[in-house]
Amino acid sequence: MATDVPLVDAAQLLGELRRTFSSGRTKSEKWRSQQLRALLKMVTEQEKEICKALTLDLGKSEYETYACELAMVLDSCKLAIKRLKKWMSPEKRPIAVATIPSTAIVHPEPLGVALVVSAWNFPILLALDPLVGAVAAGCAVVIKPSEIAPATSAFLAKFIPMYMDKEAIRVVEGGVQQITALLDQKWDKIFFTGNAKVGRIMMAAAAKHLTPVTLELGGKCPIYIDSTVDVKVAAKRIIVGKWTCSDGQACLSPNHLLVEECFVPKLISTLKTTMVEFYGEDPRTSKDLAHIVNKNHFKRLTALLDDPATAEKIIHGGERDEKSLYIAPTLLLDVPLDAPIMNEEIFGPLLPIITVKGPDEAIDIISKEPKPLAIYVFTDNKAVQEKMVSETSSGGMVINDAVVHFLCPHLPFGGVGESGIGAYHGKASFDAFSHQKSILYRGFTVEVYARYPPYTTHKLKVIRALLGRDFLGLLLALLGFRRQE
Amino acid sequence: MASDAPLVDAPELLSEIRRTFQSGRTKSQEWRLEQLHSLLKMVMEQEDEIGKALSLDLGKSAYETYSCELALLIDSCKLAIKSLKKWMRPEQVSIALATVPSTAMIRPEPFGVALIISAWNFPIMLALDPLVGAIAAGCAVVIKPSEIAPATSAFLAKMIPVYMDKEAIRVVEGGVQQITALLDQKWDKIFFTGNAKVGRIIMAAAAKHLTPVTLELGGKCPLYIDSTVDLKVAAKRIVIGKWGSSCGQACVSPNHLLVEKSFVPKLISTLKKTIVDFYGEDPHTSKDLARVVNKNHFKRLTALLDDPATADKIIHGGERDEESLYIAPTLLLDVPLDAPIMNEEIFGPILPIITVKGPEEAIDMIADQPKPLAIYVFTNDKVVQDQMVSKTSSGGMVINDAVLHVVCPSLPFGGVGESGMGAYHGKASFDAFSHRKSILYRGMSVEVYARYPPYTRKKQQIIRALLSRDFVGLLLVLLGLRK
Repeated sequence: MATDVPLVDAAQLLGELRRTFSSGRTKSEKWRSQQLRALLKMVTEQEKEICKALTLDLGKSEYETYACELAMVLDSCKLAIKRLKKWMSPEKRPIAVATIPSTAIVHPEPLGVALVVSAWNFPILLALDPLVGAVAAGCAVVIKPSEIAPATSAFLAKFIPMYMDKEAIRVVEGGVQQITALLDQKWDKIFFTGNAKVGRIMMAAAAKHLTPVTLELGGKCPIYIDSTVDVKVAAKRIIVGKWTCSDGQACLSPNHLLVEECFVPKLISTLKTTMVEFYGEDPRTSKDLAHIVNKNHFKRLTALLDDPATAEKIIHGGERDEKSLYIAPTLLLDVPLDAPIMNEEIFGPLLPIITVKGPDEAIDIISKEPKPLAIYVFTDNKAVQEKMVSETSSGGMVINDAVVHFLCPHLPFGGVGESGIGAYHGKASFDAFSHQKSILYRGFTVEVYARYPPYTTHKLKVIRALLGRDFLGLLLALLGFRRQE
Repeated sequence: MASDAPLVDAPELLSEIRRTFQSGRTKSQEWRLEQLHSLLKMVMEQEDEIGKALSLDLGKSAYETYSCELALLIDSCKLAIKSLKKWMRPEQVSIALATVPSTAMIRPEPFGVALIISAWNFPIMLALDPLVGAIAAGCAVVIKPSEIAPATSAFLAKMIPVYMDKEAIRVVEGGVQQITALLDQKWDKIFFTGNAKVGRIIMAAAAKHLTPVTLELGGKCPLYIDSTVDLKVAAKRIVIGKWGSSCGQACVSPNHLLVEKSFVPKLISTLKKTIVDFYGEDPHTSKDLARVVNKNHFKRLTALLDDPATADKIIHGGERDEESLYIAPTLLLDVPLDAPIMNEEIFGPILPIITVKGPEEAIDMIADQPKPLAIYVFTNDKVVQDQMVSKTSSGGMVINDAVLHVVCPSLPFGGVGESGMGAYHGKASFDAFSHRKSILYRGMSVEVYARYPPYTRKKQQIIRALLSRDFVGLLLVLLGLRK
């Protein structure tokens, strides 16, 4: 079990990795490309093992395992392999007049030894996708997978050393004690996916060593939907957005719906019909729903459902079975906004539906909450789309769908405010583990005498003209000098 | 006096500014342009007042005030005004096949209410240059200038409300107590310039609220130099790099020289001559040298000089006058590496010269230290240049000069490791105060049935082919030709 694993000596581990990094091995393009290919190979060859682990940890179907985790890791690897050379190459920049002649370059270099701490809900994706960025950037890496997904943690601990450079990339299993020991050390970068409470602990630990962090946190991602949309298509997208990704246990899961008043009855009846189409009359028998990760979360979620003010608002679902960690896809209508279920990120298969008058009321409700990782807006009205985009703030947004922005490698994926700091995916992953070093190259041939003391009025005139790009003034000042001679 | 100013009620201040931000006023392009123009106007109209304040606080000359602070600031304002529309514009990026048809945009938005804490050594620039970025990004801002440069702090507190929107941009004067009160609040962004010790405190405070930070810290910026260079020009650039900016009290000042053995005698004699050329036989009389900022720092620096292992290594300068907070431009040769002067960022007009065998030894010594804000390399040997670039790490670097990278707005300016996190200047300033929101726009017309449960074998095959862009495979599956 991940939490029973003996504590790794964090200081020694870091010392070893630092030695590997200082040797310069991880900086070469060859090493990075090799490791990315090895990772790709591992994910491709071990797909069955990965599926087994995800079934054990979360009851994920093969479809979900592929579509929501593996496809993305494969894509990330392939993109990084393809673009590595380009990402690594120094970039020329325009120079300032004041430094003519010179060359200005921005030169990416790895931050050094990185710690990747991943979450339990997409335990493969959230460990390996950041790893792609770290390796592409040339870092040495320690991955601390979540102990709450123990089968996946064990898989990573077993297979990563088999495929990858074990002097540069290590997996450390364990629980709170292990992570605390790791956080005492000085890392060159910490990449964390999890909740905001632990995010604060990470950042506070990082502050002791001035370690830069990327924090991928969560939040209550709302969907706003009005009556201008195609109800069938919208319902389908809402349902898979909610229940196909870890059964609602995703940082991007639609947390609740804010529905335009006149649309509520139609939407509800379509949601119910579609849910039966997708998961059957008794979703317990569906193979396409993951289960709640563990008893703790099961108890948490059923407590939310059983709250008196909440229980009577259930309009669909509500069934549960502790043994199989199953809670039915559940809809609630107009729970009070101060009910417990509205006061935390649900992270489960429960979907509250809140009636609103229109986008203004939705925006009011949204802005009273901390900024979420995503906001989803279903409307065909462009003015409403623009209103929601400009009057709310969140990590990202999708118009007329949910979750799928995650699939676009060129859209940086990250939060803002309580939902996080920094971003990744595509080049942003490379950047998250890199320092962009600014370099100015000069020669010795051209000298500006006005740069050096003693500073006469004349020199001040020349430098003012030069720095202010006042070329006429510069000419006059220089001519003026000559005239005095 | 800045540290005597009565404590401002931080929660009240923050909620006023938040109300202004929430009104949406600071988000409009008009407001941002207006404020940038006002800031530019203030800097240009008040140049004399600024010159007076910097003279009082640091004894800076009109030349240094202009070339090291105002010129950069004016440039930043103008660049932001010129580029604002472009920077604000959402950027379209490529979509993934899996989301066809769709449009992907990245749209910058202001973080919200920002706190800028600036340092005393370039007290105008380090308060106002970040302000340019914050305004361009559409943020509301509180500036907390350093109380160690009190005349400049007072200038900012007086003039900013005269020129700028005082419901959105405020100056709060004060000392440690004031800053602690401010740090208890939840800011949407904190931008700090100062030392690493306080940087840790700032980041720890930010962690309580998950506030993103930019920390512009310092470090011991080394300068490596070998014998391949033009001696005269190199000496001039080293001297001006060290003593031309706040008399060595700059985060980017060359802290010490690492000199190739064969070059040491020649370099030393040229440095001495250049110092005399620039500042005269008695630099105390030169108008072109700033002063040590206060008695505390004066005492700190003279203590470093008076350390027994150090005092006998002085080869030029060493004179001092407490009343005028003057320390002569001082050179030391081969102080022991464990002397106190080599164990902290000097931040003053003292320049240790260390003899090294060559670039490898220099790299070893540099690698033993925390990553500095800048490394300077003087060599005409391209192999050595590449070696230094690839085997050391620092915020930035200059080859064959010092400090100058700071004036290129296209080069992000910031540290790494102990020297900081994040960067600014040019567009990087706008980015430092912005959240780049990723938005995917979809229509309702195209649906992929394989996306929806129940997930049959066929749907799985389709989604696999689609997500891995295996078009042949996709076709085969759709035609029913794949088992």
